[in-house]
Order: sequence, then C-alpha cells, then structure tokens
Amino acid sequence: MKIQRFGQLAVITLAGSLALSACGSDNNTDTSGSGSTGSASAGAAECAKGTVNAEGSSAQKNAIEEAIASFQDACEGATVNYNPTGSGAGIKQFLAGQVDFAGSDSALKKEEKDGKVETAEAEKFCGSPAWNIPMVTGPVAVSYNLPGVDKLVLTPEVIANIFSGKVTTWNDPSIAKLNSDAKLPSTPVKVFFRSDESGTTENFTKYLAAAAPSAWTAEPSKSWTGKGEGKEKSSGVAGAVQSTEGGITYAEWSYAKDNKLGIAQIDNGAGPVELSGESVGKAIAAAKHDGEGNDLRLKLDYATKEPGAYPINLVTYEIVCSKSKDPAKAGLTKAFLKHFSSEETQAALEEIGYAPLPEEVRTQVATAIDALS
Amino acid sequence: MSTITGVTAPDETPGPSTGSPLGGGAAGTGRVGDRLFGGVARGAGLLVIALVSLIGAFLLWQAIPALARNEANFLTSREWVVAGDHPRFGIVELLWTTVAGSLIAMTIAVPVGVCVALFITQYAPRWLSRPAASLVDLLAAVPSIVYGLWGLNTFLPVEKPLEEFIQRWLGWFPLFNATSISGGTIFFIGIVLSIMVLPIVTALSREVFAQTPVTHKEGALALGATKWEMIRTAVLPFGRPGVISAAMLALGRALGETIAVTFIVSTLARGNDWSWSLFNGGETFASRIANNAAEFDSPQKAGAFIAAGLVLFVLTFIVNAIARIVIERRKAFSE
Repeated sequence: MKIQRFGQLAVITLAGSLALSACGSDNNTDTSGSGSTGSASAGAAECAKGTVNAEGSSAQKNAIEEAIASFQDACEGATVNYNPTGSGAGIKQFLAGQVDFAGSDSALKKEEKDGKVETAEAEKFCGSPAWNIPMVTGPVAVSYNLPGVDKLVLTPEVIANIFSGKVTTWNDPSIAKLNSDAKLPSTPVKVFFRSDESGTTENFTKYLAAAAPSAWTAEPSKSWTGKGEGKEKSSGVAGAVQSTEGGITYAEWSYAKDNKLGIAQIDNGAGPVELSGESVGKAIAAAKHDGEGNDLRLKLDYATKEPGAYPINLVTYEIVCSKSKDPAKAGLTKAFLKHFSSEETQAALEEIGYAPLPEEVRTQVATAIDALS
Repeated sequence: MSTITGVTAPDETPGPSTGSPLGGGAAGTGRVGDRLFGGVARGAGLLVIALVSLIGAFLLWQAIPALARNEANFLTSREWVVAGDHPRFGIVELLWTTVAGSLIAMTIAVPVGVCVALFITQYAPRWLSRPAASLVDLLAAVPSIVYGLWGLNTFLPVEKPLEEFIQRWLGWFPLFNATSISGGTIFFIGIVLSIMVLPIVTALSREVFAQTPVTHKEGALALGATKWEMIRTAVLPFGRPGVISAAMLALGRALGETIAVTFIVSTLARGNDWSWSLFNGGETFASRIANNAAEFDSPQKAGAFIAAGLVLFVLTFIVNAIARIVIERRKAFSE
C-alpha cells in the first residue's frame, strides 16, 4: 500500500517536473521574442509557478530584489517574497517553518549558543541536512571623506588603530608613511560606526581581528566594540561621513558609491588592492570550504596575502533544506536560486554594489542547487 | 462641597426609584438598546484595562528570565552585553538620555505651546485664530520619520552653530561640556522632540483657555486689570490643570518617541567615559530597542531589551500618575 503510494508520488513528481521544464522552455522563447534582452537571458533557468517566501539578511536585500524582479519578469505566475528583517530573524522564521528559505550573513552555526545548535535544529526541522549556499558577496568599503585626497592606502594595523581611537588626526605618521604622495590635512579623524547590530560590523571586526590581531584585541561581534560615534544603519553612517570632513566608516560598497565617498585601498601585505568586482572575486575564490558536500559554507581568509584580493568581504548565504518539506515549493525555490546564481544575474549585481561570485564558486553553487530536491 | 466651588449639580428628583438619583439608566426601562449600549461601553472600558495589564504582564514575563541571569546591576550599570552566558546590562545611560532629552523638549515646548495657545485664544483676531490653530494641529500630522529626516539633513546644520556657541562660552558648566560628537546630541534631540510635541501642548491648552468663563475675564478687566493681568489672574489659573495634563501627555510622547530619535541620535561607543554633557550622544530606551530589534536571536537577548522597555513603561506610567495627582489637587481651586 505504502510502496504504491510512493510510486504514485514519484510518477506525479516526474510528470510535474517534465511539465515544468516544458513550461520553462516556452517562457524562454516568449521572452526572447518580446525582446527584453537582459531579463530574457537571465531567465534561462526553468520556471515554476507559485509563491515562495524568504526572510533574513538585509545586507543582500538589494541583490535579491534585483534577482526577484528579473526572475518574475521571466517566469509568469511565480512570486518570490523577501522580507529583509535581519539574519537572526530569518533563521528563526526558517526554523519555525514560516519561510521557505532564509538569507543570512553567516552560515548556520555549528557551535552551541543559548543551548541550541543551529545546524542540528535545522536538520531536525528539515528532516535532512540544511545547506548554506553562498549567493551574494558584498564587499565592505572603508570609506572616508577627505577633500583633496582621492587615493588612500591603509594597512589592517592602521585601520584597527583608527577605529579603536589610537590614531586621532589624518596626518598621523602611520598614515603619512603609507601615503607619501597624498597631502594629508591635520583634520581630526571622526570614526562612525553602526549603532544597530549588524553583520557588516561583525565581518569588519572579524577582518580586523584576523588581519591585525595585535592592534585589534576585541572579540568580533555584531555590536561595535571600537570607538567613535554611532549612526543608524548603513545609510546613517555613510550619510554622516558625507557631511563630516575627516569622517571615516565601514559600509557596504553601494553606500560608499552612492554617497560619493573615498574608498581606501587595502594593503594586506601584498600591495594596495583597490575595491572592484574582480578583486573581491579573487578573495572569494581563495576562501576555504568549511562544509561537507553541497553545504557550501565558506571560510574567508581575512588575512589573505594573495596579490590583488580585496580582503574585507561579507558573504550572504541562502539557507535551504536539502530535501524540501514541501515538494510543491521545492521546484520554485530551486528555479529561483538557479536564476539568482546564474552568470547574468550575478553580473548585474555589480552595478548595485555587490560583487559577482567567482566562476569556481558559482559552478559549485550551481551543482548544489541542482542537487536540491 | 458645592458651596465652595459653585458647581451646578442637578436637583435630586424625588420619585419611586430607590436607586441613585443620577443613575437614570439603572432606573431601568430594560430596553434592548439601553442594555446593549451599556454593555458595549462597559466592554470597551474593561478591554482597555485588560490590554494595559496584559502588556505589563507580557513585559514582565519576558523580562524576568533575562533579568535573573543578569550579572550586573540592572538599574545602575552602564554595560550592555546581552548575549552569551554572562550577560551584563544596565539601563542608567538609557534612562539619562531619555529623561534629559525629554526634559529639554518640555522646557521648550511647554512655554512656547502655552504662548501659542494664549495668542490663539486671547490675542488673535477671529479670522486668524482658526487657521492658526489648525496649522499647529498639522504639526501633529507629520510622520515622525519626516521629523528625523528633516532634523538630520536640514535642521542640524542650522542648529549646530548654536551648540558650538554654548559649548564655547558655557562649556565650564558640566551640562554643557564640549564633546566630539558631530551632531545628533541629546540637546539636538530635545529640540526636535519639542517641535514634535508642540501641537499636543498647544491643542490641549487652547481648549482649556477658550473655556475660561467670560464673567471671570470681564470681572478682572472691570477691576482695572490690563490684558496681561487679566490673563495672569483669570485665564492661566483656570487653565492650569489643562496645561499640566497637556505637558504630561507631551512628555509621554517625547519619552517614547522612537523613529525620529533612532534616526538622529549619535550613539556612543562602548566603554566611553561618563559625561553629564547634553552635547554628548546616547541612546534612548526606544531607540536602542529599535536599533537592535532585527537581531533578537535568543530569548535572553530579547528579554534584556524588553526589560528596558518595561522601565520605559513604568516611567511613562509614573509620569501619567503624577499628572493625575496634580490635576486632582488643583481642581478645587480652579473651578
């Protein structure tokens, strides 16, 4: 009896997926016919109908919204909702079965925290291992406002000293030594930090702790442990630096660009590296894999001395059940993630301040998504 | 009693009813509409009471486990480490910023609001008083995030020279010590809050001033009082309870204001030195909760913030209670 039922189910799923892929190819011809170039090629993934809800990290909000827009253009009848409430909230909702996948600034934690191990909780909830799929890389820009100084090179030690209040003026010898051809004013350094708890702060302090362990002794955390003046969210810190001469902060690339702030080049020991999609990609490609099989948790090497690799990055993951509890939604989730990780979508992200996944990582992500069921 | 105040009370009507003379409804025709309305009114009243008590209970219930694990003094500690096995948090900084900011708002908003109300009710010609009143009321209709945006982008550059002036010339006074905060000081928040609560003060004061009995005013004028003396002897004493309750309502709003404050305020880094300066940054109860609400990933963390919320709840409750007491005590003299 039971076996029979399973058989029926398998047949239905098979038929369903066939129908879906058929629908997918239909859509492709439709869209390319209508001549919307960007989204049509981006929509090369198969489509599925229905609604998928996701929630989590606000760091990837703009990226996922861009991906959702092009996905929904390509796939009629598909709706993806993303609620950028924060990584913590996203994981919580995912574990409670309220959303189909979660976006998070960090992979599910393997260590115990408050009596719970996130990976174990997720596995229990999914009935299968939950996978962390890296999707969006957001570089963190050390952004400053110094009129007349277009190029500024900083080492991790100097950054740590600036953000812990030990370097107080811009013409400090430690900065001057790195920038011999820049005219540095004697303006006081005004450090701005995120007053809300944020993954950006966590990643930035992780970088400082890893790359300048002697100068930055505080434990990395989501709330700021250095000195300075706090402002709300990325828009707050970027805006404050923009209106304050001598201001410096750490913010996502897009905010630094939008506010026309100077972006420091980082010298981790192998020469100054400018922030660009390519230099970020190099750092991500060099990251070690921390998970097994298709669980693609990345371990970024913040202290990397690889030439041309920009070291301060934030990777946001999509957290999904490897075997979906709701087969009806599995197809759509998979289709959307496939679209999100496609080369076209990723390339489009650079315009809005994210860096595309490097090819090596992208193929691994594609394999993992293909293995979702 | 009635001989002192001259309150007009309805005459007692002799009749067959043995109930309270004013309990008209209870005398009870027992009609459906009567009972229905009485029931709805009673229900609404009980609902509000139940809501407030349930909110209080919820806050307590969520806060107690976190408070029990807190290893620092909740009322006097300046630390705020809420995650991990050894949470240490206290609210003294939040309390100081919240109260100081709100008091600055009050010292500006109450005198200005009362003056505006006096102008509208006593001085302005009829054709001006109505539009002026509705304009002030419009201030209350502006969403608070707009105040935040406006404050930070437009008003701050204008106000900053004032702060620098005070810091330079009055910097010897602890409250005005110079700091390195670039904007978003407690002082600045106070000013923005005062604009936000101005309509509350004005609207309520205007209502009570307008109700000053004409006989009182004419009496004062007949005795040779000037207009200012008439206002001082007749209008202000009559309106005092109203002004006090207006101020307390406004204070409640200022204490709890979230978005505008979160948007404007400059928070301080951990482990900063304590300063009494109003030109320092800080966080209010509401802004700290709002800033961190997205990352409540454990009950203990949420509990700590809810405990802070509980203090704000109690604070607002106390403010309102004081207002009630003051109004009750003044009543006898003002009617």
